[in-house]
Amino acid sequence: MKKQLIAAMLAAAFVLPAQAVTEIQWWHSMAGKLGDKVGEIADKFNASQKDYKVVPVYKGQYDESLTAAIAAYRAGKPPQIVQVFEVGTATMMAAHGAVMPVYKMMSQAHEPFDPKAYLPAVTSYYSDTHGNLLSMPFNSSTQVLYINKDAFKKAGLDPEKAPQTWPELMQDADKLKAAGIACPFTTGWQSWVQLESFSAWHNVPFSTEQNGFGGLGTRLEFNGPVQVMHIQNLSDMAKKGTFIYAGRKDEPTGKFQAGECGMETTSSGSYANIKANAKFEFGVAPLPYYPSVKGAPQNTIIGGATLWVMTQKDPDVYKGIAKFFTFLSTPAVQLDWHKSTGYVPITLAAYEEAKKEGLYKERPGFDTAILELTNKPPTPNSKGLRLGNFVQIRNVIDEELESVWSGQKTAKAALDEAVKRGNELLEKFQKANK
Amino acid sequence: MEKRVRFRSRWLPYLLVFPQIAVTLVFFFWPAAETVRYSMLLQDAFASKIQFVWFDNFTTLFQDPNYLASFKLTAFFSAVVAISGLSISLLFAVFADRVLRGANVYKTLLIWPYAVAPAVAGILWLFMLSPSIGILTYVLRSYGVQWNYYVNGNQALLLICVAAVWKQISYNFLFFLAGLQSIPGSLVEAAAIDGAGPVRRFWTIVFPLLSPTAFFLLVVNIVYAFFDTFAIVDATTQGGPAQATQILVFKIYQDGVQALDLGGSAAQSVVLMVIVIALTVVQFRWVERKVQY
Repeated sequence: MKKQLIAAMLAAAFVLPAQAVTEIQWWHSMAGKLGDKVGEIADKFNASQKDYKVVPVYKGQYDESLTAAIAAYRAGKPPQIVQVFEVGTATMMAAHGAVMPVYKMMSQAHEPFDPKAYLPAVTSYYSDTHGNLLSMPFNSSTQVLYINKDAFKKAGLDPEKAPQTWPELMQDADKLKAAGIACPFTTGWQSWVQLESFSAWHNVPFSTEQNGFGGLGTRLEFNGPVQVMHIQNLSDMAKKGTFIYAGRKDEPTGKFQAGECGMETTSSGSYANIKANAKFEFGVAPLPYYPSVKGAPQNTIIGGATLWVMTQKDPDVYKGIAKFFTFLSTPAVQLDWHKSTGYVPITLAAYEEAKKEGLYKERPGFDTAILELTNKPPTPNSKGLRLGNFVQIRNVIDEELESVWSGQKTAKAALDEAVKRGNELLEKFQKANK
Repeated sequence: MEKRVRFRSRWLPYLLVFPQIAVTLVFFFWPAAETVRYSMLLQDAFASKIQFVWFDNFTTLFQDPNYLASFKLTAFFSAVVAISGLSISLLFAVFADRVLRGANVYKTLLIWPYAVAPAVAGILWLFMLSPSIGILTYVLRSYGVQWNYYVNGNQALLLICVAAVWKQISYNFLFFLAGLQSIPGSLVEAAAIDGAGPVRRFWTIVFPLLSPTAFFLLVVNIVYAFFDTFAIVDATTQGGPAQATQILVFKIYQDGVQALDLGGSAAQSVVLMVIVIALTVVQFRWVERKVQY
C-alpha cells in the first residue's frame, strides 16, 4: 500500500509542474531542406519565449494539406495555422467563419502590424477589397528564366546575355538546337508561367472583374490576341523541337538540373535546388517579354503560399499566433529564409538588409525575382488572381495546353476551350458560394 | 471441447459475426451512404453553405464531354488490363506447371510482384520509363523511339497498362497454378492416349475444369482495374497528358481532393459504384452459368 502511494505521488509530481504551454499547430507543405528550415524557425521562436510552442507538421503537398485542414475543420479540430497556396485563396476567402483574418487577429492581440512594411505585390494579392490583409505572407516566389551558361557557350551564344525578349529566346533556342542541345527550352508550371504571369507581365487581363478581385462574377479572358500569339509561338517551337514539354509542375527542372536543357522558365524558388545539383554554370534572368506589346514588361505575379489562421474555440491562442507572426516578419528571420531558399524577402526592411549586406553582388541574379515583382506599380491586370475552383481551372489549362504541344489542337482552339471549361467551373463556384 | 457444426446457444453466433459486420457497416456502408448524400448537395469546401440540389450534379456530369471520355477510357483500360492479365498469367501457369526442375524458383520469382504495393509499382515503372532519366528510355532512344509520355497520350496509356498488368500477373498466376494442379493428371493422360494434341487437350479438358478459378479471377481483375489502379496513375501520369490516362477513379480523386468539388466527385463515386455492382451482378448471373463446378 505504501509503495503504491509513493508511486502515485511520484507520478503526480511529474505531471503537476508541467506548464500549460499553449500549442500552436502549424500545418505546412515545405518538404526537404525547406522543411528543415521551417523547423529551425519554429525552434528559434519557441526558445525565445515560454508561453507558446509552435509545432510545425508536414502535411503533404499544398493540395493535400489544404484538404487535411478542411477535413480537420469539419471534424471540429482545425490546426491553428495552415499554409495555403495562392491558388486556394478564393476558397479560403469564401470560408465565412472558418478563417480568422490576420489584420483582425493582429489588432485584437495588440501586436504592431503595418501592412505597408510588406512588398506591395504580395499584400495586394492577399488583401480584401478594403486593403485589409487576410493571410500572412510567408513564401512567395515568382517566375524567372534560368540559362545553362555552358550550353550557351557551346552554341556560340554569349553566356552573360540571356535573351530578354521572346523573339530573342526563339532565336537562341534555334542556335542551341543547331549546336546539338536536345532540349533548347522548357518550362515548369506552364499555366502559372506562360499564361497567368505572362498576362500580368504584358498588362493584359486574365479574367474579367480585375482578374477576380472585383467579385465572384469574374469570367476568364486569357484567350485574347496576345496570349494566343504566345501559345502559338510555343506550339511552333514544339513542332520544330526547340521547346520540349516535360511536365505540368516542377518535373522540367530535373531536366534542366541534369544539364539537358539550355533554358528554363520556372519558379525563383527552384534556385536552391538548381544551385545544389547543377554541375554547370547557370544564370538567372527576368522573364522574357514581347516588345511589340504596349506596356510590357509590367510586373510578374507571385506564387508560393501564405499562412492562414483557422478560427479557434479558445481566443487566447490568437495572442500566441500574433506573436509568432511578428517574429516571422523580423528582418533577421526573413533574410535568413530568403538566403536559404530563394523565396523573395517579404518585407522591404529585409530587402534593404540584403542589399546592404551585398547579397546580390555575391549572388548575381538572386534579386531578379524581387526586381520583377517591383518593376512597376501593379495595374488591375497585374495585382494577382482570385478565382474560385482555381485548382480545377489550372488542371483544365494544363490539359488544353498539352493538347497543343502534342499537335492535337491549335493555340486558339485550345485557349477558347480552356476558357469555356473554366467558366463553367467559375459559375459553379459562384453558385456554391452565393 | 466437442466439435460441433451447429451452435447450441442462440446468441453466440451473432456475437462472433458481429465484429466483421460492424467493420463492414462502418467502413463500407456508412461512407457509401454519405457519398450518396454528398452527391445531392452543392457545398463549398468548408461546409459553410450547403444547398440541396437533387440530381443537378449528375446531369452536369453526364453533359460533360470529359466525363464521357473518361468513361470510354476506363472501359478500354479495364478490358485491356483484365484480358492481358488473365491470358499472360494463364500462359505462365501452364508453363510453370510443366516444369520439373527448378519449379520452385520460377514460382517464387513470378509471385514476387504481388508483394509490391501499387504505388511502389508505379514508381518502379516511372524510374524505368521516365522521359528524363529512365533506363528503358535510353534503350528505346537507341532504337529510334522517341519516348516522352508527357506529350504522347498513347505512350502514357501504355505505361499504366503495363504497370497495372505486371502487378496483377502474379496474383492470377498463383490461382491459376493452384487450379491447374488440382486437375487430375489421369484425365489429361487419357486424352493424350486417345490422340488429342496439347492445344485440344487444353481447351476441351483443362480450361473448363479451370473455369471456376477463371471466373473468380475475372471478377477480381475487373474490380482491380476499376479501383486499385488509382495508385499507379497517381504515381506516374496523374491523369495526363490531356486526360489520356484519366480513368474514372482518378478523376474522382482529382475533382474531390485536389479541386475540392465534393458534390461532383461524390456523384462520380456513386456512378462508379453502380457500374461495378452492375458488372459483378452481370458476371454472376450470366458468366457463372458457363462455369462448370
